[in-house]
Amino acid sequence: MLNMFFQRLQSAGGVLKANSILLFLSLILFAAGAYAADALPVSTLPWWGWALALFVTCFFLGIVAVPSGVGGGVLFVPIVGGFFPFHLDFVRGAGLLVALASSLAAGPSLMRAGLADLRLALPLAVLASASAIAGALVGLAIPSSVVQIALGLTILGIVILMATAKKSEFPIVPAADKLSVALSMHGYFRDTAQGKNIAWKVHRTPLGIFLFVLIGFIGGLFGVGAGWANLPVLNLLMGAPIKLAAGTSGLILTLASSSATWVYLNEGSVLAIIAVPSVIGMMLGAMIGARLLHVLKASVVRKMVITLLLFAGIRALLKGLGVWP
Amino acid sequence: MSDQNDDAVNLLSDEQQRYATWLNWGARSGLLMLIITFIAYVAGWLPAHVPLDQLPTVWGLPVDEYLKKTGAPTGWSWLKDLGQGDFASLIGIAWLSASSLFCLFAVLPIYLKRRDWVFVVLCISALAVQLLAASGLLVAGK
Repeated sequence: MLNMFFQRLQSAGGVLKANSILLFLSLILFAAGAYAADALPVSTLPWWGWALALFVTCFFLGIVAVPSGVGGGVLFVPIVGGFFPFHLDFVRGAGLLVALASSLAAGPSLMRAGLADLRLALPLAVLASASAIAGALVGLAIPSSVVQIALGLTILGIVILMATAKKSEFPIVPAADKLSVALSMHGYFRDTAQGKNIAWKVHRTPLGIFLFVLIGFIGGLFGVGAGWANLPVLNLLMGAPIKLAAGTSGLILTLASSSATWVYLNEGSVLAIIAVPSVIGMMLGAMIGARLLHVLKASVVRKMVITLLLFAGIRALLKGLGVWP
Repeated sequence: MSDQNDDAVNLLSDEQQRYATWLNWGARSGLLMLIITFIAYVAGWLPAHVPLDQLPTVWGLPVDEYLKKTGAPTGWSWLKDLGQGDFASLIGIAWLSASSLFCLFAVLPIYLKRRDWVFVVLCISALAVQLLAASGLLVAGK
């Protein structure tokens, strides 16, 4: 039945119509968020109203997260932190769980398809996990206004990265560096589009490891996951083919996000009423988003997500500065 | 970079296949637990430590104030209160967080058998980091 719906959507509307639907849905999301933030005092909406609003918001975020190529966490934290009444401590805890659940859901199939490689992921994930713990501890120790300002600046940095970063399908790696050879970070993956087994190796591993330490810290600090940064480091810096980089990024995220999630959980910063509707909404949305990949124009969705993040980043920054509380 | 047309080659290592299998079951069972316990919580089948209708008055507080006001436990103390819906829901969350731990324990024997000492060390290091995070020994001081 769902297949029929999508087939009809494809034949009846095509790319333009699907994008219009998506933009319309996003406008609803924006309107709902702004309305909730500005028009409704916290006490006027019952708990279930907020849980439902969270579920619906995350459902739409999940739809746009897949075609735009960003993780759910990086959209979740600034938007929910900016427009919902929950404290940022709980939003970050839920954000990590959203990132974790999304990567866990995709991880097994990516590994079986050979698009997420354990030999590439494990050396990077060990340090990213350790620094994610440090990030989570620091994030829970410093005042939330400081975290808000830093979050706003980070999100604006991500906007610049997303708007300017390029991708390379098969980067040229003249020679593997000594560290990657010692860590056996090389292998083959199956490119089904080409029907070939592609050999891969990486270089600039020490710098890559350093950046993964930084990315892990930021992911733990803000609860945003780190797919937005993992991908360019693996692909553009270390030279992993784009498909392998995207899959392995998710596998690294399963380890880094889970270590930071433990810290938030142990500190009491995970509230089921916030985390569970978010996870379920995001995962259902991501399933729809994955099905819509064929009808949505990825570049349009990506521009829309960049606009959304720009707005959410400015909102977080102004909230932290007390200009737009 | 080189490529091969040999599509019959099995590119997946034993550890990759085992890790994927364990991750799959960990994720599926965790999500199932999350949904079941959450339904029990919001449907009122289990009593809540913080009543649902009072949540909007406390979820806007910083976590330290929230804990002070509600008396909610930290660390692993919530395990003693699994009869309460808000803490029962944490089982699924903890299970999802532990999924990678199960996978690492599952692939360690493969690396040991192969005497792949680099990955034995990496695997043990990853386990140590995850166990340290889960232990509750690391506390953020506000």
